[in-house]
Amino acid sequence: MRMILAVWLPAAVALAAAVPSTAGSDPIAIYQIVGDAIPAPLDDLDGDPVRGRAIVAGRKGNCLACHEAPIPEEPFHGNLGPPLDGIGSRASSGALRLRLVAPRTLNPDTVMPAFHQVEGLRRVLAPHRGSPILAAQEIEDVIAYLLTLR
Amino acid sequence: MAGNGTNAVRPRLKRLRWLGPAMMGAVVGWPGWVGSEPPELPPFSPRSGYEFARPETRAIQDDEFANPGLFWIERGAELWRSPAGPGERSCHSCHGAATAMAGTAATYPKIDEVVARLVNLEQRINLCRTRHVGAEPYPLESDPLLSLSAYVTRQSAGEPLRVRIDGRAREWFERGRELYRERVGQMNVACTQCHDQRVGHLLRAERISQGQINGFPAYLLRWGTVSSVHRRFQFCNEQARAEPLPIGSDDYNALQLYVAWRGTGLVVEAPAVRR
Repeated sequence: MRMILAVWLPAAVALAAAVPSTAGSDPIAIYQIVGDAIPAPLDDLDGDPVRGRAIVAGRKGNCLACHEAPIPEEPFHGNLGPPLDGIGSRASSGALRLRLVAPRTLNPDTVMPAFHQVEGLRRVLAPHRGSPILAAQEIEDVIAYLLTLR
Repeated sequence: MAGNGTNAVRPRLKRLRWLGPAMMGAVVGWPGWVGSEPPELPPFSPRSGYEFARPETRAIQDDEFANPGLFWIERGAELWRSPAGPGERSCHSCHGAATAMAGTAATYPKIDEVVARLVNLEQRINLCRTRHVGAEPYPLESDPLLSLSAYVTRQSAGEPLRVRIDGRAREWFERGRELYRERVGQMNVACTQCHDQRVGHLLRAERISQGQINGFPAYLLRWGTVSSVHRRFQFCNEQARAEPLPIGSDDYNALQLYVAWRGTGLVVEAPAVRR
C-alpha cells in the first residue's frame, strides 16, 4: 500500500511526500497538495466530461444526493452541499480535485466524503472495503465535467 | 413519573423552554427524575420525525383505519393473553390488562437490575419470557416480538420520552454519545453531522430529520413492516456504507439510549409510520 503523507501548513503552502511502493494494483493515486489545490491530474490521466456527467448523475458518484446540478432528467437533487451549476467558473481543476480527493484538509467537519481514499476509515461495508468511491480516472472524468459547468 | 403541571413539576417549567412548540401533542411537564435534577438537556428543541415526514406519510399515520402498524398492535394484544411455557402463563397472568404498562415504554432503554445491563424494550420482553413465563425468548426482530413491543409501546402513546442516564446508565449514555459522533463507513460520516448539523436539508428527496426515535418500533413504508430502532440504525449505517452492528448489541443499545435522551419530552407515537 502506498502511503500519502500530507502536511497542511496555514501559510497556504502544503507539502505532500509520497512513498511509492512496488504494488502495481494500488487503488489510490499519489497526489500532491499545493495550497488549496491538487494541481496535477491523478496518475496524469485525461478526464472525459461525458463519462464524468454520467458519474455525477448516476449511483456511482451519487453527487445529486447532496448537490443540485443542471441534470434535468434526474429528479430529486439534494441540497446539503452547494449547487454545482457554474462551478467551472468558480473553481479551478486543482481546487475541484482537492475537494473530491481530500475535502477534510479544507474543512475537518465537512460531510463531503473523500471520494478517493481507503485509509483511515472505520467499519467500511465489506463490498466497498479497500476500494475508493471513485478511481483516479473517474475523479478526472468528474472534474472534466464540472469544468464545463460555466 | 410525569405530572400534568402538578406543583412538583412547576418549578422546573422554565427549563422547558428548550422543548419549543410540540406539534404532535402537548408536552405535559418535566418528564422524570423526581427528586433529582435532570442531568443535562439536549442542545436543541427535539422535533419528531413526524414533522419531517411527507404529508402522505403523515396521513397514513393519522388515519387509524389506514395505519398498517395497527395490525402489529392487534397481534400484540393477542400475544399479551397467549399462554406459554410450562405454567401456561401469559403477560396478562402477571400484569393484568396491558394498560398497566402505561408509561413504561417511554423509559426504555433502561438498566435491568438483574443482569446489570442496559436493555431495550424488546430485550426486556424476552427477559420476562425467560424469567417468568419459562418460555423461549422470541428471536430479535421477529414478528411476535415486534408486535408485543408495539403493543406495550402503544400503552405509552402520548407520554413524553424520559430515559434515565444517571447511575449505572451513565456509562452506556457516554458510549452512545461517542458512537453518535464517530465517523463510520466509506462515506465517513457521523450521526451528528446530519441529524444535528444539517437537519431540514434534502438528501435526494428525503428531508433530514433529527433522527428521533419516539415513533419506534415504527411501521416503515420502505419495508412494509414494523421495524425496531436497531434495525433502523442498521439501515442508516448501510446508507453510509458502514458495517451495521448486530440488532440487540450493546453498542446499539448505548446509541439508542443516547438518541432517546436527545428526544426527552417528545411524546411517544404508536404506531408511527415512517418512510
